Amino acid sequence: MNIDATTIIMAASALGAGFAMIAGIGPGIGQGYAAGKGTEAVGRQPEAQGDILRTMLLGQAVAETTGIYALVVALILLFANPFM
Amino acid sequence: MSIILNAAVNMASAGNELDFDPAVVFEINGHYITETVTTTWIIMAALVVMSVLATKGMTMVPRGLQHFFEVVVDGIHYLIDSTMGEGRRYFAPYMTTLALFLVFSNLTGVIGIRNPTASLNTTFVLSVLTFLLTQYYGAKEKGVGGYLKSFFEPIPFLVPLTVISELANPVSLGFRLFGNMLGSVVMLGLLYHFAPILIPIIPHLYLDVFVGLIQAFIFVMLTMTYITIGMEG
Repeated sequence: MNIDATTIIMAASALGAGFAMIAGIGPGIGQGYAAGKGTEAVGRQPEAQGDILRTMLLGQAVAETTGIYALVVALILLFANPFM
Repeated sequence: MSIILNAAVNMASAGNELDFDPAVVFEINGHYITETVTTTWIIMAALVVMSVLATKGMTMVPRGLQHFFEVVVDGIHYLIDSTMGEGRRYFAPYMTTLALFLVFSNLTGVIGIRNPTASLNTTFVLSVLTFLLTQYYGAKEKGVGGYLKSFFEPIPFLVPLTVISELANPVSLGFRLFGNMLGSVVMLGLLYHFAPILIPIIPHLYLDVFVGLIQAFIFVMLTMTYITIGMEG
């Protein structure tokens, strides 16, 4: 079995990409919370459903930002590795 | 152990067929013209042709393509009225163009063409356009003095932070669309790798249609919100 520097860098990059995606927990919790609140709001005020849906999607998109950053970091590590 | 390592090296090496870069279509003077650019050209041409067809021989009672585009413009007018306030409908041409371009380019994945928005160049240009519009209309609405003063607003000590937070908006806007669309491309690519037929149909519905439409909507809504905040805040 021969392990050279390239192998170690590849393995570490794959692990790093996996660790980076742990950040997905945050947006998951945040978007779920927003969706729950949106459901409550629709239950309380069904006639405002359109506005509530729009505001909820906007907030969720902003909450998603950190998850997207993590995804971009993971994709860079996997497919455009700067260390190789 | 060595088998797993070798397999991992093979998977990660550049020689395998899992390649998510856009394909190069042709080359001019050493510049590579990729799929992204040609697909963007095709979408632009399709939009121009559709606009010409829709506005040719317009009738008072709309039919066909004219009817469809009247519904689209009505929807954008409603969004502008409720997001940016009354009397801002002069943004409608830009917002409608942006929305139509984004919807079309986010949906190309359905017919097996790589999305132009899965390239950072496309999304970053669009978010920089949003940034420039925000600054321009902020300066126009508040006057150049008021615009510059808004950076010193809470306390002058925080000017660097205000500038950085202003510059972070286009970055996160561009990366959001890019990350979502590239995520779809990569996940569908992996799925096609081990299940080439039938199984990817349902994921296509979610990853291309749902995510694409939501992200197009989000991009337009955030552009409107940023411009409004720049004009009023």
